[in-house]
Amino acid sequence: MTATSPGDPFEQDLLPSPPGATAALLRSLLAPMRARVALTTTVLLLQQAAVQVGPLLVAYAIDRAVPAFRDHRYGPLIAVGAGCLLCALLSGGLQMAFVRQTARVSQDVLLDLRGRIFRHAQALSIDFHERYTSGRLISRSTTDVESLRELMEDGLQELVTVVLSFVYISAMLLWLDLGLGAVAVGSFVPLYFLIRLYQRRAGRVFRARSTAIAAVIVKFVETMNGIRPVRAFRREAANDAAFAALNRAHERTNGDSLLEMARYVVGSRLVANTAVAGIVLWGAYRVADGSLELGVLAAAVLYLRRLYDPIDRLGMFLNSYQSAAASLEKIAGLLARTPSVPEPVTPRELPPPRDGFPGREVTFDGVRFAYGTGGEVLPRFDLTLPAGQTVAVVGSTGAGKSTLAKLLARFYDPTEGRVLLDGVDLRDLPTAELRRGVVMVTQEAFLFSGTVADNIAIGRPDASRAEIERAAKVIGAHEFISTLPDGYDTDVRKRGGRISAGQRQLVAFARALLADPAVLILDEATSSLDIPGERAVQRAMSTVLRGRTAVVVAHRLSTVEIADRVLVMADGRVVEDGRPAELVAGAGRFADLHKAWRDSLV
Amino acid sequence: MPTTHATTQNGSAVRGLLRLWPYVRPVRARLLTAALVAIVASCTGLVIPLVLKWLVDGPVADRDPAGVWLGALYLLLLGIAEAVLFGVRRWLVARPLSHVEAGMRADLYRHLQRLPVAFHDRWASGQLLSRGTTDLMLLRMFLAFPLTFLLVNGVTILVGVVIMLAQDWLLGLVVLVPAVPVLWTCVVFEGRYARVARRAQDQVGDLTTLVEESVLGIRVVKGFGRHRSQARAFDARSADLRGTELHKARLLATIWGVVVTLPEVSIGAALVLGVIQVADGDLSAGTLVAFLSTALALRWPVESIGFLLAMSQEAATATERYFEAMDEAPEQESAGSGPRDPAPEPAAADEAGLRFENVRFRYPDADPGSPPLLHHIDLHVRPGESMALVGATGSGKTTLTALVPRLHEVTSGRITLNGVDITAMPREELREKVAVAFEEPTLFSATVGENVLMGAPEGAGRDDLDSALEVARAEFAHALPEGTDTRVGEQGLSLSGGQRQRLALARAVVGRPRFLVLDDPLSALDVHTEAAVEAALRRVLADTTALIVAHRPSTVLLADRVALLSGGRIAAVGTHQELLRCNAEYAHLMSGEEDPR
Repeated sequence: MTATSPGDPFEQDLLPSPPGATAALLRSLLAPMRARVALTTTVLLLQQAAVQVGPLLVAYAIDRAVPAFRDHRYGPLIAVGAGCLLCALLSGGLQMAFVRQTARVSQDVLLDLRGRIFRHAQALSIDFHERYTSGRLISRSTTDVESLRELMEDGLQELVTVVLSFVYISAMLLWLDLGLGAVAVGSFVPLYFLIRLYQRRAGRVFRARSTAIAAVIVKFVETMNGIRPVRAFRREAANDAAFAALNRAHERTNGDSLLEMARYVVGSRLVANTAVAGIVLWGAYRVADGSLELGVLAAAVLYLRRLYDPIDRLGMFLNSYQSAAASLEKIAGLLARTPSVPEPVTPRELPPPRDGFPGREVTFDGVRFAYGTGGEVLPRFDLTLPAGQTVAVVGSTGAGKSTLAKLLARFYDPTEGRVLLDGVDLRDLPTAELRRGVVMVTQEAFLFSGTVADNIAIGRPDASRAEIERAAKVIGAHEFISTLPDGYDTDVRKRGGRISAGQRQLVAFARALLADPAVLILDEATSSLDIPGERAVQRAMSTVLRGRTAVVVAHRLSTVEIADRVLVMADGRVVEDGRPAELVAGAGRFADLHKAWRDSLV
Repeated sequence: MPTTHATTQNGSAVRGLLRLWPYVRPVRARLLTAALVAIVASCTGLVIPLVLKWLVDGPVADRDPAGVWLGALYLLLLGIAEAVLFGVRRWLVARPLSHVEAGMRADLYRHLQRLPVAFHDRWASGQLLSRGTTDLMLLRMFLAFPLTFLLVNGVTILVGVVIMLAQDWLLGLVVLVPAVPVLWTCVVFEGRYARVARRAQDQVGDLTTLVEESVLGIRVVKGFGRHRSQARAFDARSADLRGTELHKARLLATIWGVVVTLPEVSIGAALVLGVIQVADGDLSAGTLVAFLSTALALRWPVESIGFLLAMSQEAATATERYFEAMDEAPEQESAGSGPRDPAPEPAAADEAGLRFENVRFRYPDADPGSPPLLHHIDLHVRPGESMALVGATGSGKTTLTALVPRLHEVTSGRITLNGVDITAMPREELREKVAVAFEEPTLFSATVGENVLMGAPEGAGRDDLDSALEVARAEFAHALPEGTDTRVGEQGLSLSGGQRQRLALARAVVGRPRFLVLDDPLSALDVHTEAAVEAALRRVLADTTALIVAHRPSTVLLADRVALLSGGRIAAVGTHQELLRCNAEYAHLMSGEEDPR
């Protein structure tokens, strides 16, 4: 994550978000919990009330119950005993209720937040994913969520406890004695400044820390996922060194954050203990000159000790707050990215298929595509692919074949113009409808953990086992699947470590077959298949997929044999367009390519 | 589907945590000092009530202003001491503890990098990652708080109890009564909590895996419009996690309830008893205030024991999870029966080159009764010769190539390079000699140049880079925004498959290796580029011993001879033309015709 171009937000871990987005995010997370937060706070309010009555009971016991007992009046003493018992039961019971309640609230908030990050990341378009590394996304939804969890579960309790006990105790002190109370309240002023100072300094440290751990995660994930080349090219030592540097950066910021905390604790304790000494001195003087009762001083001193007790805990809260704020800021930055391929505002449906043909007509209407950075990939063009046609797109690497395919699959939206499916703009189709219309099989056949059957069923989740097997048979994947230890129920483990690239492509084809789309796009999807495998796919396309519109991006011209039409692309333009036989017979690029290919077959 | 690895809970939490000792050892002095400082600070807090007692019973009662000043001064000094000691404790551990966490993470990373590839096939990287992040954070927090404070609070409670007993043994005993039920509750719930905590941590790992897969497989998810089913799977997992977390909270709530209620009740009883004693004149008011002040000061240490134990429990399971990965044995330098007879240095003619002798291979985690994937491989690639390896999809070609750089270990038999058993040489040396280009061209987050030069020995420079790029026909790299200094993102996703493949090929040839293993190196190239790469590659292959997995005739033609892998054996070896004529299976694989003659 070393910055190459400082202007590019993707080089930094923190994506820009509109001002106030972090606070707005927190508010929107807590808004649906309002009633329960209120309930939780009430429980805590009562609990703290029960806890804070203690010293009052002591004052009452010393000033009233003792003299009464000497007079053989036992009422006050019994009242003290009953009061103590009641307080104990209440504070324990309410504490129990409170812990359960907070857990519910915080877990629901986390569930909501995790879901939001996940859904949003899934909704963001391919170009985002090409730039925002997966490690960072993982870091957002793991360690960053985790720091919010700490805030919600421990921090919030700390805060409420601290604030409540400050309020309660200050009120009690003021009620016991106005003067003593005023001094105690006055000590909050320096404390406040200490807190502000800590917040400012810690905020900086925590942001740096969260960035540092994200860098560690990126490196970690990359290494584990690329373990084979790491091994084969003896990268272990170099990786250790690179990881050590990132890890040390994290260690340093981590230590910095702990030291900031230490600084805060010393400062606040000093203020608190000085205040206690001052108040006791003044109180003792007043008892000595008779203007204060001994019991009141005793109670005041007991309260004072409690008043400053939660200072450390306030520190813990500030700690988790700063850490969570830094994380939330990053999450907010992620959530603020608008998908460049958004869901339609007013969704439309595809017209019913014409004359029982499953295929649909594809029209590129004045389409131009350029990257946000300015590089033009496809200059403006018009193109119509009639329903049911199989179109091969050939051309050298970088000619724009894949971009054309991705526009049709709506992985990208065109910079200008429209892509139409049976006259409907792709941008007006809701995802589900779009994927009934267009499915794309790419070269990288990714397998998810789960069984082989699960992986094929991605094409159509409600497919029966028989349908899954039929798709696999048609595409020629059945044979290898049945030799796997548990057949279709074999767990492909971690991204199909044991399943070869060719086999993975077959699974990907079975997926596409099962999805049964009107338009099928194959983006170099047969690259790892052997020739019999490729033949099986071609057979499937000419039988099962007959009548569907197919766009086949291929560098292997064997596919072209089954195509009705060939588009030859160069530098983002379609330079030749015609039936394969015509083009082969001609003298253009395709004839050249075809000759080279025939030669390569021997 | 979840890949939980919960092992049976044998051994107590303590035994698990003891395994942290090697990491804690270097910082033990600081940690111990910090604990002592914390104990002193905590006890300073306990002395404050005694000063109060002295103040109330002495100067205040005697109306002695000078004594009051002295008392307040003592209070102030004690307060400053307490504050400074707290700070010193945190300062002492801040750096060392981050160091311990970082050290453990570096060790995990180092270890994981050296574990057999088979281990990585088995373990989802999300589970590994959650061990390297969340679990280690839990451990650091454990070392910072519960470990210190269980000790500190224990001592504080002990000292407090002694002070209380010294002031009034009867009241002291009353306050002590709930200790037994509190401890009992903690022990009982600790066990349950441990199990639930472990489940929660595993579920976090599963969730991480799901997030990772849905990001890495985003094209599939998008291509099939499966956001919703992915989101459903995610929701299900995170709902499971929520359930487990709530279960944890319920257990914790019970502990809290007991830990809060019982001590409060006993303090109440002590108050009633104390009032009677004060009324009877057996006890001074100051003593009662001091006693209660001490008792109240002990409330936090007692209450905290519940969650400190819970944190320790979580730390114990985190340790367990951490060591699950650390206990896996790394690749052995010499696998199997170790180096056999030392190789004769000047290799005999039939020994030279790359030789597979009676190689048998079954994945280590496969059912031992199942037939091995590679049954009986005998193959000799002569020095300077290129051998194409052809076989049906799934016949084990890629596996066979992975055996040469020892990414997997042969089950039996041996592979020799110029007569030297590959298990007899250090892996470093072996992998330096053998360069590999994988079917899946993985690029790392680094510049194009760095990615390619990974394959070169130390000190390789621009010239090597340029010539490697030329061989792989990857000159496009020069045209990238910053030339060969352009960073390619995680897995180089911003490059096309063909571009990545060419860079991976350049990486394989840049070190001019003596042995080259190429797994279908040209699959993603178009015909023209393929022809150009082939022409350049032939030059390199002229004096390199190479094994090339091939799917099609054009690639096969790079090689001098072809070996057909079928049914776990090398079924035939010969030139392309020979095999095409005489071997039906080969002809089928190369032409796709169902029935050749």
